[in-house]
Amino acid sequence: MESVLKIEHMSKKFDDLIVLEDINLSIDKGEVVVIVGSSGCGKSTLLRCINGLEDIDEGQVLLDGETVNPGNRNLTKSREKIGMVFQSYDLFPHKTILENAILAPMKVQKRSRKDAVEEAMRLLDRVGLAERKDSYPRQLSGGQKQRVAIVRALMMDPEVLLFDEVTAALDPEMVREVLDVILDLAKQKRTMLIVTHEMSFAKAIADRILFLDDGRIIEDSDPKEFFTSPATERAKRFLRTFEYEK
Amino acid sequence: MGFEVIFKGKNFIRLLSGLCVALRISVISVAISIVLGIVVGMLMTLKKPVINAVTRVYLEIVRIMPQMVLLFIVFFGFTKMTGSNLSAELSSIIVFSFWGTAEMADLVRGCLISIPVIQYESSKALGLSRLQTYVYVIIPQIIRRLIPLSINLITRMIKTTSLIMMIGIVEVLKVGQQIIEANRKSAPKAAFGVFAVVFLLYFLACWPISCLSKYLEKKWEN
Amino acid sequence: MDPEIIREYIPIFTQAFILTVKIGWIGIALAFLIGVLCAFTTYFKIPVAAAAVRCYVELFRNTPLLVQLFFIYYGLPAVGIRISAEVCGAIGLGLLGGSYMTESIRSGLEAIPVIQTESALSLGMTNGQLFRDVILPQAFTISVPGIVANVIFLLKETSVFSAISLMDLMFTAKDLIGLYYNTMESLFLLVIFYVIMLLPVSLAGTLIEKKVRYRMFGD
Repeated sequence: MESVLKIEHMSKKFDDLIVLEDINLSIDKGEVVVIVGSSGCGKSTLLRCINGLEDIDEGQVLLDGETVNPGNRNLTKSREKIGMVFQSYDLFPHKTILENAILAPMKVQKRSRKDAVEEAMRLLDRVGLAERKDSYPRQLSGGQKQRVAIVRALMMDPEVLLFDEVTAALDPEMVREVLDVILDLAKQKRTMLIVTHEMSFAKAIADRILFLDDGRIIEDSDPKEFFTSPATERAKRFLRTFEYEK
Repeated sequence: MGFEVIFKGKNFIRLLSGLCVALRISVISVAISIVLGIVVGMLMTLKKPVINAVTRVYLEIVRIMPQMVLLFIVFFGFTKMTGSNLSAELSSIIVFSFWGTAEMADLVRGCLISIPVIQYESSKALGLSRLQTYVYVIIPQIIRRLIPLSINLITRMIKTTSLIMMIGIVEVLKVGQQIIEANRKSAPKAAFGVFAVVFLLYFLACWPISCLSKYLEKKWEN
Repeated sequence: MDPEIIREYIPIFTQAFILTVKIGWIGIALAFLIGVLCAFTTYFKIPVAAAAVRCYVELFRNTPLLVQLFFIYYGLPAVGIRISAEVCGAIGLGLLGGSYMTESIRSGLEAIPVIQTESALSLGMTNGQLFRDVILPQAFTISVPGIVANVIFLLKETSVFSAISLMDLMFTAKDLIGLYYNTMESLFLLVIFYVIMLLPVSLAGTLIEKKVRYRMFGD
């Protein structure tokens, strides 16, 4: 398998607090990697460092062998190839659903409006929102907004997709519709890096699970193995928090 | 540059006492505005059609009529209509209170309707009476929002009082003109110095109050 | 009130009205221009210039227009800077309004959440595209009510132009009252002309606020 995204010896500090320490990671094309860990372990920061929203202190991030972070002069070019969907609904509130989807392709990739609209409609249809194309974000439910955010990221045809707890702010009954879209993407062999708290979803979608603790990857394993017999005590304790016992 | 005139004789004291006239009128007008504004603001939340119509017209008048025009109407119009003389100072207090009350009422109304219904409901659920709800729950919340805004009204009032020279009250600008006039020969450049100082005096009167208002607004922002 | 006198005064007031409106709107246009420039300066934290803008805004927001006009019109000629009353009126209003516009526009810019910037950047947009297509349209919508309020405030402030001998509405009214004692007729026309000047703006302002909000956010 050919490696798409490579992280080498990446470290990140906020003032004196070490958030990420010596992260090494290689992700293959079409691989779905899920990152789990308790809150504050650095999962979100890891994603943000990958597409250069945060500067890193040491190491580097490579996409197709080219440096993304740190100090890439073509950062915007690399970001085109790394799509990201955030936890909070980050749609542009002043644009309709369709306009949200076509803004970046038209401005950044200079694609024609006709071409962009065609693809947007195809993708919106796929996530079941073609009819809402002229609605504004605030007329949509949280789950619908997240599906649009995914479409917007897909419009750039990124090589890697980053999902930062995209269901964490949703009502429980809306989680499913968003996760189904992501599952669909996995079937299309999209390369994805997913941070989530939904363990059953992680189990279902992941080719590989990373367990992050205190800014370090302490487990990198097959999902079946991770969920049935985690190697470390920390991971065992983490997984136990999801079980209820009387 | 004409600054020397300011410290000649009693000139600076005269300028300051001119400013005091403006400040006195502002303070009186603000005090009246706050009291009346709270009453009118509360009336506006009652949702009575007649009150609503009257207050809306009142607010719109204040919104579009320059204070200067109102000042002329009261000062010249009243004298003409009744034949008796209304002093310039009383006229300005009437006008500024009329204006300030509207501003204040709108603020009070805004604060009152911004209190979520759940606050009233949960007070009721706790068994508080209507009066207790107001005294212990609603009013403390309103005061925190209202104080910075009413302080802000003071600076706007002070700035507006500069208009009173136009109906003949001797305040700081007028005193400035008199000083320039008296020293026309000896200090031809006095106009620059004097008006620069007046500019600065107004700034020194308003700026600290603006800062206080901003500070309190930030501090009490949840 | 004598309708005959009112009829006689209408042309005089109309002339004064045109002058007031003209200088008022020139001043407002100037204020908007200054506001945009200054707000961008503070938003992008341009060194020195941003600090200068802060001083300017504080200075002009905390002093009355009348005092500003006195300084420009009577004070500056004493040191050799002479400007006509009309230009002085427009500049004074522009400077006062500029400080208010700066605050309205700046607060709109600062109200846009960071996540908007981040999501635009993660789509590969450049800083320029981000500012033009994402930040600016949203910020403008948020600023509109403030800008409308400023426009109304500035139009009202035109009433102090008479202090620098501009033949505006106030000057005309005061003049006619002083000369002929036709107080009620003059005051009546004064009010009518200010209503003509401001009521449409006030109503249009409310409408624009609603329209812009609807177009931008769909509610």
